[in-house]
Amino acid sequence: MSHHLPVLLVVIPLVAAPFAALVNRPRVSWAIALGSAWWAFLAAFALLRQVMADGPIHYALGDWAAPYGIEYVVDPANAWVLLIVGMIAAVVTPYALLSIEREVPDARIPLFYAAFILCMTGLLGIAITGDVFNVFVFLEISSLSAYALIALGRDRRALTASYQYLIMGSVGATFIVIGIGLLYVMTGTLNMADLAQILPELEPNRTIPVAFTFLTVGITLKLALFPLHLWLPNAYTYAPSAVTAFIASTATKVAVYLLLRFFFTIFGASFSFGEMQLDKVLMPLALVAILTMSIVAIYQDNVKRLLAYSSVAQIGYMVLGISLASALGLTAGILHLFNHALMKGALFMAMGCVMYRVGSVRIERMNGLGRAMPWTMAAFVAGGLSIIGVPLTVGFISKWYLIQAALEQGLWPVAVVVLVGSLLAVVYVWKVVEVAYFRDLDADVDIREAPLSMLIATWALVLANFWFGIDASATTGVARRAAEVLLGVGS
Amino acid sequence: MIGLGLFNYWVVIFLMMVGFYTLIARGNLVKKIIGLNIFQTSVFILYITMGKIAGGTAPIFVQGEQEVVYSNPIPHVLILTAIVVGVATSALGLSLVVRINEAFGTIEEDEIEDTAL
Repeated sequence: MSHHLPVLLVVIPLVAAPFAALVNRPRVSWAIALGSAWWAFLAAFALLRQVMADGPIHYALGDWAAPYGIEYVVDPANAWVLLIVGMIAAVVTPYALLSIEREVPDARIPLFYAAFILCMTGLLGIAITGDVFNVFVFLEISSLSAYALIALGRDRRALTASYQYLIMGSVGATFIVIGIGLLYVMTGTLNMADLAQILPELEPNRTIPVAFTFLTVGITLKLALFPLHLWLPNAYTYAPSAVTAFIASTATKVAVYLLLRFFFTIFGASFSFGEMQLDKVLMPLALVAILTMSIVAIYQDNVKRLLAYSSVAQIGYMVLGISLASALGLTAGILHLFNHALMKGALFMAMGCVMYRVGSVRIERMNGLGRAMPWTMAAFVAGGLSIIGVPLTVGFISKWYLIQAALEQGLWPVAVVVLVGSLLAVVYVWKVVEVAYFRDLDADVDIREAPLSMLIATWALVLANFWFGIDASATTGVARRAAEVLLGVGS
Repeated sequence: MIGLGLFNYWVVIFLMMVGFYTLIARGNLVKKIIGLNIFQTSVFILYITMGKIAGGTAPIFVQGEQEVVYSNPIPHVLILTAIVVGVATSALGLSLVVRINEAFGTIEEDEIEDTAL
């Protein structure tokens, strides 16, 4: 049983999804989704512990040996990503029950949960597989179900947001397929470990750099790196609240992992950053993302859209860490994957609670909400502190490592940009705080605290923000190991 | 003639650019999907072409013959998967267009932007 854990992690949710669609009872579908999410969480946790103790796990699907068969490989880097996806799904599903009953028509709820499970399955699959074409297949499973989930939003603009995401996402995925095809043509293999071995031995040629470029553009489109982020703000704004919380904390993280896997494991750091000089492209884009997107976030009146722009800025931090291409920079980037999932999850879930009671997340509707919904807004403030990077929150830990990594290479302007980004975050978080705490409640509205199940889920993530902010030894330990594996030292 | 041996690859590039241009330049949501389809089709041809070996036969074992050249079946099989994905994407995209038409009364991008305000 435990030997088959890597494949069961993916297969059990995959099999559960059609059942969730077929039972046609909203609550039963939800229960199936809950079971799948917690299964993924616990299995990912077990895998991470096993990997940290005994080293990488290789699992040959159907006993067809790699490189001919498809192989699942679990090492600290992807076990970490699996845990993020599982954890966020496990927290969001209990939260989704009431939130989705309010925001999605009853008849569509079973389909909603089926798509939700499929989306999670796809994300888990991308992270766990050791075969590049398999990556594409899982990528499309997660993307197609994500388009469907976003289109279920109440606002009709959810449809156009989903359509826009579909077009851009498909272009990104097709670019990735072209890249994979060109790699295959040069090496004759699709297995990641095999590719990593064959690629450095090839004579200098033009095909591999072209493949590299296609993959870079395709993946950065998926992870919404500035200026390829255009699909993201609308998609996050108009999707149902629970979907936003899930996708914002997982989908882009998995794409960042994919970037790491391709650049470091498959092409190797010396090719990506030495020969192709990728850092000279990624670093300016990341810095521009941090500054401009934080500024754009300040001017938003819809708080979900505000948080969406802030997400693009936060992706800038992750990519910045990667572009430093040092052990410390990578550790910071990988750490921020987890930390950003915790804080953005908490923030979007707090906004979901507001949506549940107020029916809107526009800032002018939040007058005095600090008094009407104290727990929800407190969760928002706590998440906001984490985004800013106040000590004792996870945001501080990521930024601390990021600044250290920048200073290690003498890049003090980069460290300054990180700090300026934090200050801009103060401005956009304060915007909400001011309205919620320093204005009077609108007299004509009767608003109560959000339901307990939604609050508990939100606060679980908020407390995790502080827990891993105060005692970061576990998270930094895994992140450092993951960085070492990706850079090929130790492992 | 130089490059004629790479005829298929020229076709790939041509189709890729036609599809990509349509996808970007057209404001009609259905035409965008058509552009996406052409774009994806070019990738199908790219994969199929690279699996073909000059003089190669279908990869079915020929008994008794020693020196048979077989084409590589793997890119063909891979692209079967990609075709399925392409069909699913088009279906989802077109069904979104249907719902957009119901919600906005138009499938022209600029008109949707006008009504959304």
